[in-house]
Amino acid sequence: MTAWLARRLLSLVLTLLAASVVIFLMIEVFPGDPAAFMMGLNADPAALASLQEQLGLNDPLLVRYFSWIGALLQGDFGTSYTYRVPVGELITQRLAVSLPLAVFALILSIIIAFPVAIFAASRAGKPGDTLIMGTTQIGIAIPNFWFAMLLVLLFSTTLRWFSAGGFPGWQAGFFPALKALILPALALAVPQAAILARIMRAALIETLSEDYVRTARAKGLSRGQVIWRHALRNAMIPVLTIIGMQFSFLLAGSIIIENVFFLPGLGRLVFQGIIQRDLIVVKSVVVVLVFAVVLITFLVDLAYVLIDPRLSKRGKGT
Amino acid sequence: MKRISSSFIIGIFLTALTFLAALISVMWTPFDPTVLDIAGRLQAPSSTHWFGTDHLGRDVLSMVMAGAQNSLAVAVIAVGIGMGVGVPLGLVAAARRGLIDEMLMRMNDLVFAFPALILAILITAVFGPGAINAIIAIGIFNIPVFARLSRGAALSLWPREYVMAARLAGKGVFRISVEHILPGITGLLIIQGTIQFSLAIIAEAGLSYVGLGAQPPDPSWGRMLFDAQTMTSFAPWLALFPGLAIAFSVLGLNLLGDGLRDVLDPRSRTRTGQVQI
Repeated sequence: MTAWLARRLLSLVLTLLAASVVIFLMIEVFPGDPAAFMMGLNADPAALASLQEQLGLNDPLLVRYFSWIGALLQGDFGTSYTYRVPVGELITQRLAVSLPLAVFALILSIIIAFPVAIFAASRAGKPGDTLIMGTTQIGIAIPNFWFAMLLVLLFSTTLRWFSAGGFPGWQAGFFPALKALILPALALAVPQAAILARIMRAALIETLSEDYVRTARAKGLSRGQVIWRHALRNAMIPVLTIIGMQFSFLLAGSIIIENVFFLPGLGRLVFQGIIQRDLIVVKSVVVVLVFAVVLITFLVDLAYVLIDPRLSKRGKGT
Repeated sequence: MKRISSSFIIGIFLTALTFLAALISVMWTPFDPTVLDIAGRLQAPSSTHWFGTDHLGRDVLSMVMAGAQNSLAVAVIAVGIGMGVGVPLGLVAAARRGLIDEMLMRMNDLVFAFPALILAILITAVFGPGAINAIIAIGIFNIPVFARLSRGAALSLWPREYVMAARLAGKGVFRISVEHILPGITGLLIIQGTIQFSLAIIAEAGLSYVGLGAQPPDPSWGRMLFDAQTMTSFAPWLALFPGLAIAFSVLGLNLLGDGLRDVLDPRSRTRTGQVQI
């Protein structure tokens, strides 16, 4: 286990380093002069020189990379070119919307998917199962931002139960803020729940064909009892992978949903950054999202080993 | 002969319909999808305009048909990039093993860290938005999918007797990979190809929706949904038809992929496709 953890940690650090190099090259090297790129064609030469100095562009590439990484490790993302405030502050403010949205969506996805999968698996091959599997196919095919628009049309425009967008902020109170996140989270969660339900149903059905399950059935347990007492835990490994992958996706996917609901999250920040050519903001948001994806993948791997310690000895196949 | 399921037939029908709409729109659409007719704007669906008109008076049916061209073109090229680069990488990794295998797989991990949307943000921030950038972002994201799949499948074929026989006959690893391994994994690649194809359609629509994909006046389903967003309360057809076009084409490809899996590879019926934008 210790050797596995050491190997996996090393691989984590190397992936993070490689990802940071890719982001650095894309933002700092490919545009030529990032300062000229940000200020546009008609930039005043003195202002341009000042920005070049501020961004450290006169230093050699390697020095720039390592000073960026060094600052990042201390939580210093630099200062936004357009907002004139530390990017770290902007990201913290925006994460207060994007992160709860992703977590909320993940919880909703699990709450929807688990009962559906258990119901379908316990009636595998019967009409109820077929109906549910057909519905999940439709759920997978619907783009979340379109689903979000339909939710707004129904619940905001027609029924007037929710506002069509905006976020009052957590200072307005927990429940008003949570209410503003219900439709966005539902839009993110439903297509993901469809995927999760299919994977979980398949995993449950596979587990149900194992010998120990047959033994339990022979002892007189019903199919439902077997699922609850035996199959669920053993079906969790593939389900956990998908949940881990989904959280990364939900965090990235919230970028698009934030646009539908005008939520002041990371997505709005990065798109404003692109429009305003604020490469410092874009680079920082991308770093946060990519590092989050890599760290979540690592945590999922760790969770596997905790559930099934044999995996650390076997070494996970790719 | 295996019995063909009804969902497989629906999949073939919906996929054929999408391709047909795209093909026909190259030569003919009911109206020119780029011509504005302000006097006839925001008309509800009627016998003249089956899907209604948008805020600039353009015929929505014609735009949906032309949008199919864009979606399919992006998806075909992006999946082509993923297969064209990923499959050779996977085959080399399986044939060579050792350091090359390890390096290729770690490179794959790195690419997996960049979901297509984040990759598109990076590319767009520097090079500006456009369909080409969407293709590159989705294409790069597809590379590790095909590399992993072909590596895994190839590894399971290398110990087979007919491959051993080819080795004993003196064939090199690259020749064996092309002549014996590749034909053995084609079925799997086709199945995964249809799944990635449907994911690429959703990804392209998402990128166009946030303004990182196809740019006006090129019709695109995602862009149409963006334009419709502020008008759904009084012109719901603007959001309905492009959304249905995406959902039907993706549903068709998913059902087609499942059906092909049952026919070509009955052992594995578990979908592990993950919608990533």
